[in-house]
Amino acid sequence: MGAILTVQSDAGRRRIEELLQQHEEHVLKRWLEIAATTPGGHADRGDMTVRLTEIYQALRQSFIGSGDTSDLRGLLAELSRSRARQGFAPTETANVVFGLKQAVFELIEGDGDTEALKGFVWFSRTIDDLGLFTFESYATAREKIILDQAEQLLELSTPVVKLWEGIVAVPLIGTLDSARTQVVMEKLLQTLVETGSEHAVIDITGVPAVDTQVAQHLLKTVVAARLMGAECVISGIRPQIAHTIVTLGIEFGDIVTKASLSDALAYMLRQSGVQVVKGRGTRVTVRTEEGD
Amino acid sequence: MDRVPILKLGDILIVSIQIDLEDQSVLALQEDLADKIVDTGARGVIIDITAVEIVDSFIGRMFATIASISRMLDAETVVVGMRPAVAITLVELGLSLGGVRTALNLEKGVALLNHLDGAQIAAAPR
Repeated sequence: MGAILTVQSDAGRRRIEELLQQHEEHVLKRWLEIAATTPGGHADRGDMTVRLTEIYQALRQSFIGSGDTSDLRGLLAELSRSRARQGFAPTETANVVFGLKQAVFELIEGDGDTEALKGFVWFSRTIDDLGLFTFESYATAREKIILDQAEQLLELSTPVVKLWEGIVAVPLIGTLDSARTQVVMEKLLQTLVETGSEHAVIDITGVPAVDTQVAQHLLKTVVAARLMGAECVISGIRPQIAHTIVTLGIEFGDIVTKASLSDALAYMLRQSGVQVVKGRGTRVTVRTEEGD
Repeated sequence: MDRVPILKLGDILIVSIQIDLEDQSVLALQEDLADKIVDTGARGVIIDITAVEIVDSFIGRMFATIASISRMLDAETVVVGMRPAVAITLVELGLSLGGVRTALNLEKGVALLNHLDGAQIAAAPR
């Protein structure tokens, strides 16, 4: 039974292949028309015509040849990517591909050939696969963009700045997770070695919330810096965060904490033996003149 | 078995670890160092681990042990030149090396020992 079915579907398949070859111009023209009526299909007629013609050729090639669809898939992925870049929804791109089904069906409908109708079921399934493939490549492209952006964000969000000779600061902005802390830690320690700085300030003004995990990460960073022979101060602790830390029962031990970055800098300068003296010019004298 | 050389510079002993440490050489180093401190009457020990790229908990504990031994013999221990990767590893292992002083490089280590020494001399009644 199975064998007969295969033979039948093979016959249908061959019929479809013939139709695709004989009526190539007609089907292609109809496909382009249908594609143009789908939302967003009108974008770039010239570009679309070239692409769809290429895809049509590759599709026929894949039927005739050994069933190798890598060329076809490459073209579809390219179509999906370029349309994604132009801001089309993946559904719209898939609809353009599905348009070919309608174009072929119209051809068979007029013909009334049962063999071709049987073959159409198989053809339809193939096109569905291809449509889904464009969807898939759209998702993959999107995912890659998101991953790249996340990586860039990671790089951007962890600068180590030099405040003074031998004093560096890390202004942390955004939520701290393990991956980010790892990057911050490595970058800070590397900078300590490169610049020979013995003091570091970790400023958490931009960290929205501190929980036990974040505190753990901060502690690890401070201990690692200590192991290398540098001292860390944590600054920028807002009142609510101080409250949270105490409520959670987190112990910072003998790690120095300061309310603001300026306090931390002043402390570090004192530690490294620098004296900051106000210049005389800043003194303001106020004299009142008495009237008579 | 490779032995780690111990160099004397004034009142300070310098141990620069340039080889992959095996447990045996670590034990030998501890003994050699204790002997040398007694022989020379050194006031400070600097362990330079700039070249050390891999540490495990045993080596981590070695630093603490050497520091304890040295303190018994009245010498301060400073570990210098720890790489960031090594520091992170030790923290992940849960070793914070309490009681061991650290400095970024050899120069700062010597400065630290001189500073400590100076403070001790100043504090001691003459």
